[in-house]
Amino acid sequence: MSRSAPSALPVFISSLSKHYGAFCAVDTVSVDIAAGEFLTLLGPSGSGKTTLLMMLAGFARPSSGSVRLGDQEVVHLPPHKRNIGMVFQNYALFPHMSVGENIAYPLKLRGVGRMECGERVGKVLDLVQLGGYQDRRITQLSGGQRQRIALARAIVFEPRILLMDEPLSALDKQLRETMQIEIRRLHDRLGMTTISVTHDQREALTMSDRVAVFSRGRLAQVAAPKDLYERPVSRFIADFIGESSFLPVQKVSGGLAYGGQLLHLADAADADLPEPMLMLRPERLDVVYAGQAARDENTNMFNGTVRSVVFQGESLLFEVGLDQGDVVQVRQSNRSQCTENLPSKGERVDLLLNRFDTRIVRGEG
Amino acid sequence: MALTDTSLGHIRPPVTDAELAYNARALEKDRRRENIQLLRLALPALAIVIILMVAPIGWLFSLSFVSEGGGLSLENYSRILTEGAYISIFVTTFKVAVLVTVFCVLLGYPVSYVLAMLPDRWAQLLLLAVLVPFWTSLLVRTYAWLVLLQRRGIVNETLDALGLIERPLALVNNMTGVVIGMVHIMLPFLIMPLYASMKSIDGNFMRAAANLGSSPGHAFRHVFLPLSMPGLIAGTMMVFVMCLGFYITPSLLGGGKVQMIAQRIEQSVSLFPTWGPASALAVVLLVLTAGFLALSWLIVRRLTANQ
Repeated sequence: MSRSAPSALPVFISSLSKHYGAFCAVDTVSVDIAAGEFLTLLGPSGSGKTTLLMMLAGFARPSSGSVRLGDQEVVHLPPHKRNIGMVFQNYALFPHMSVGENIAYPLKLRGVGRMECGERVGKVLDLVQLGGYQDRRITQLSGGQRQRIALARAIVFEPRILLMDEPLSALDKQLRETMQIEIRRLHDRLGMTTISVTHDQREALTMSDRVAVFSRGRLAQVAAPKDLYERPVSRFIADFIGESSFLPVQKVSGGLAYGGQLLHLADAADADLPEPMLMLRPERLDVVYAGQAARDENTNMFNGTVRSVVFQGESLLFEVGLDQGDVVQVRQSNRSQCTENLPSKGERVDLLLNRFDTRIVRGEG
Repeated sequence: MALTDTSLGHIRPPVTDAELAYNARALEKDRRRENIQLLRLALPALAIVIILMVAPIGWLFSLSFVSEGGGLSLENYSRILTEGAYISIFVTTFKVAVLVTVFCVLLGYPVSYVLAMLPDRWAQLLLLAVLVPFWTSLLVRTYAWLVLLQRRGIVNETLDALGLIERPLALVNNMTGVVIGMVHIMLPFLIMPLYASMKSIDGNFMRAAANLGSSPGHAFRHVFLPLSMPGLIAGTMMVFVMCLGFYITPSLLGGGKVQMIAQRIEQSVSLFPTWGPASALAVVLLVLTAGFLALSWLIVRRLTANQ
């Protein structure tokens, strides 16, 4: 958890809903965001994450519920009185103003004097590593530079809360990854309470203290990135965060079984979940030639045949058809001593899964 | 350094210099043939423009240098510059054009703004309302105004019945009538480009302004208005330039008291035995119009270059 700035405020969202006629875009969402926390709203398109952000900024009127910044109720405040910084998806930098005028815009509105204005614009430009760009036109900037200017404009007036709507979606993959790290670094330095919206799970995992996953207007899970990845509460989350294959398991006396074979579980309590499914992360499985590994109580073993091997650079992706008929993906990292004697298409293999990676998720949702 | 990969070695059939040279020639020939074909396609349009535009204007231009006696002279132009009657016609023309343009902006900007803010379905319906009068004949619309605005017309009768006026207002056969009629006819020419340019302003600009602390009024003045400027200038110039050459409406609603250039040209033709004076007036009008169009083009280009 990062250090919070003294001016940072906690945000309390209580039973917030937004209906469009019969359609419920956001359905009684409650979540608390600590002062200085970086929370990401993650979900497929149409899941309500952007609507929630628009309600926080004041651009969409909630049907019911409450939003508090610290101890101030803001649901009734118009957007220009909320003092919340926001980075828009397409940046919304004013094309008829220079970079400097764009950044000075919120300062002038707050009655900041000319001298101080120039000083603060200079400082924030240095912060986003675009020092000396004051006089550039917006059209002269690249996508990545526009992103930084939008960020600079959103933080220059020291808002108590920063909102970001898909801030990196317009950038190419490489730049996106650089900016993820940079935004996180900036957040650690400024300690502003930050709420970001994305549909990119890697972006959510990289930048956030906690991630709130949305599904059909409701919160499906709110957790730290690591917990979300390791302990998803449902198949929906497991599917959405990272790659996974799922195997149907049966309840038997003494736990759960797949294909008649009792599974060694990381957490025995998982056996009581409704509609249990075995979640298999491709990188947690090891593929070996059939009969080469010994069975023990810390390893679960599945038998099958390699259907295909795809070379993907840093790793090899195997598709293995299990004898029970299910298909499982396995990722083996590309290290020369390992890859040289990996099985190829059509060969019989065993898949090994450490008991501590044997996680069960709820099947529905 | 160019990267060459000829790893297929002996399977690869060799390419000779002669073959490469032949390819280069063939490609160049194709390129030339394509250009000629494109030119052939443009030829009919080009011919129409030359026959119907360039030639008549050239002829008009040459006529303007022919004096009453039939000799070559600058008499026609010097008369325009020196005779008081001509000067006052130019002044009237500009006065009408400026007034009509100002009222068009005052009425058209709010209408365009409402259209741009409405959901598409409503906007299209209202846009139709703006355009339908456009499809009826100019003459019919002008006569309709004559009926509405005359001494005992609907407007005066209504105001009288409401007790708002004691004597009928002089709404027609003067500058007022000309301006009212022309504003009505010109309004769509302002609304259309303005609406198009407002429609293209991303809603996030206004959201961003509000988010940064602008009240709706401040955001409008500092963000929306400047961004709608190119469309406003394009519409304004369109209206202004069209006003300069307007004929029917001022002659019908002006009652002979408002003389604009186009009316004077018509009179010249019937007044003088030669076409010289009328041609000279037409040339001056054309040059002025072209000048204003060039000016507006420069301004719009400067404004949009920044965006």
